[in-house]
Amino acid sequence: MAPILSIRDLQKTYEGGFQALKGVTLDIEQGEILALLGPNGAGKTTLISTVCGITTPSQGQVTVGGHDIVQDFRAARAMIGLVPQEIALQPFETVLNTVRFSRGLFGKPRNDAYIERILRKLSLWDKRDSQITQLSGGMKRRVLIAKALSHDPRILFLDEPTAGVDVDLRKDMWDTVAELKADGVTIILTTHYIEEAEAIADRVGVIAKGELLLVQDKASLMAQMGKKQIEVQLDAPLDRIPDALAHLDLALGAGGESLIYTYDTNAARTGITALLNDIAAADLVLRDVQTRQSSLEDIFVDLVKGEAA
Amino acid sequence: MNWTAIGAIYRFEMARFFRTLMQSFLSPVLSTSLYFVVFGAAIGSRIQEVEGVSYGAFIVPGLVMLSVITQAISNASFGIYFPKFTGTIYELLSAPVNFLEIVLGYVGAAATKALFIGIVILITATFFVDLHIAHPMAMVLFLLLTCLSFALLGFIIGIWATNFEQLQLVPLLIVTPLIFLGGSFYSISMLPPAWQTVTLFNPVVYLISGFRWSFFGLADVPIGISLLAIAAFTGLCLAVIWWIFRTGWRIRS
Ligand SMILES: Nc1ncnc2c1ncn2[C@@H]1O[C@H](COP(=O)(O)OP(=O)(O)OP(=O)(O)O)[C@@H](O)[C@H]1O
Ligand SMILES: [Mg+2]
Repeated sequence: MAPILSIRDLQKTYEGGFQALKGVTLDIEQGEILALLGPNGAGKTTLISTVCGITTPSQGQVTVGGHDIVQDFRAARAMIGLVPQEIALQPFETVLNTVRFSRGLFGKPRNDAYIERILRKLSLWDKRDSQITQLSGGMKRRVLIAKALSHDPRILFLDEPTAGVDVDLRKDMWDTVAELKADGVTIILTTHYIEEAEAIADRVGVIAKGELLLVQDKASLMAQMGKKQIEVQLDAPLDRIPDALAHLDLALGAGGESLIYTYDTNAARTGITALLNDIAAADLVLRDVQTRQSSLEDIFVDLVKGEAA
Repeated sequence: MNWTAIGAIYRFEMARFFRTLMQSFLSPVLSTSLYFVVFGAAIGSRIQEVEGVSYGAFIVPGLVMLSVITQAISNASFGIYFPKFTGTIYELLSAPVNFLEIVLGYVGAAATKALFIGIVILITATFFVDLHIAHPMAMVLFLLLTCLSFALLGFIIGIWATNFEQLQLVPLLIVTPLIFLGGSFYSISMLPPAWQTVTLFNPVVYLISGFRWSFFGLADVPIGISLLAIAAFTGLCLAVIWWIFRTGWRIRS
């Protein structure tokens, strides 16, 4: 199936000459959730703004559902909902009016039942007649989401949707994202919370300095780049690694009460059998064994550090 | 044309107006009454008639123009500046609408508000003076064109402005003086000949003159030229707006 969003060699140079995007190429399939990770100033917002029509591309081509975002901007934009990073709302309007306005602006006829469903889903229905100024920060962010969903978009961009949102609400938002995905909506979100990407994304993209360093299936990314550790808890603490085990690349845990072995899950031989045999041969008594896998966060930090080096 | 979107913008803008309807209604009534008290009573007692029209009636078209122009500019400039200020302009830029639709929505609403104020002033004026409108159709046409063209100008100012001070600047420094010097409260023929020539470079003169003609059948400049002037002005504003949206000047980076 053709990708619902196709970005080809997208470049953006801002007035003043700063190049915020240096040729990004990316395909996104219908119904998937892509998380974009990247440090501050990486170009995540610029990428989203360019696809949505807020900034003009300097070079490259973007199609949304097969529609070019410049030549065929109406069809392309009608498919897109955008939740911007910065909270931007007209302060003296009511929630309901603001959301209705968004739907109209996207050319959809008024549909109060649909708007009610969205507001209820986002726990905003009780606040429908409140002015925006009377809402908390997290509520305002949800109003932005309601606005973005008001015209039933097929692609939803969420630029740091959970910044400043409490833990409960963040989980709710993840559920909402999952429901949207179940409805076939394609979701592209940026986040600084790696656990967020880990929790909801199908694929992860990493951007730094205007370049897409990697886009990969989350599971395979973690499998490929993930390092695993085995921590062997000992019955009696050691003050140094026994000579019998010196040939293995081991580290001593806190207080000498454990041995830590790091290995690559993809290696042909992980060396675990040898490790356990050698420990037994060295007459050490085991109390417990734990394994740990490196998180996306570790992978991400490694990548961005590598790029900076 | 995305009429739904135009309607959404228009209704959203008008809703703000209706929320403050009392204010919107009271302030022109009050200011018009003040003008009649001050100009009509104080000056009118010295100038009995201008070209056969009582002074009180003579200033009505100028008074209407003064308010309509100021209102059209301030409503339209504020209407589009505010989304820039709050950041909500992102939604306009990412919506499936073209520049004409955005302009129609905002300018249409601003012009409607100005028209409302103009009508309120006309009605208020009838409490102070006898008004006979010689060419009602022309009067309505002039009023509509003025609302529209100055709302367009206001829209440009709103896009140009990068802060609230600038938003006030153009109306304060350029437009208001032009209106006052444009024959709102006197006939151009009352000026010394040299100043009459200078005045002809003031575009507002043509507007007020044409508008006054529609009331009393007398004008400082021929009516055809008045119409031409306002048409040219509207065209110019439209061209500037078309250019703004083409280049994204001050709205799209
Ligand atoms: N309007 C603009 N004019 C000039 N430079 C800009 C503009 N907007 C963004 N930039 C620059 O482009 C770069 C990328 O910015 P962008 O907002 O896309 O980063 P980001 O990845 O979203 O960062 P964050 O995580 O902080 O939101 C930054 O260096 C920023 O300073
Ligand atoms: Mg950003």
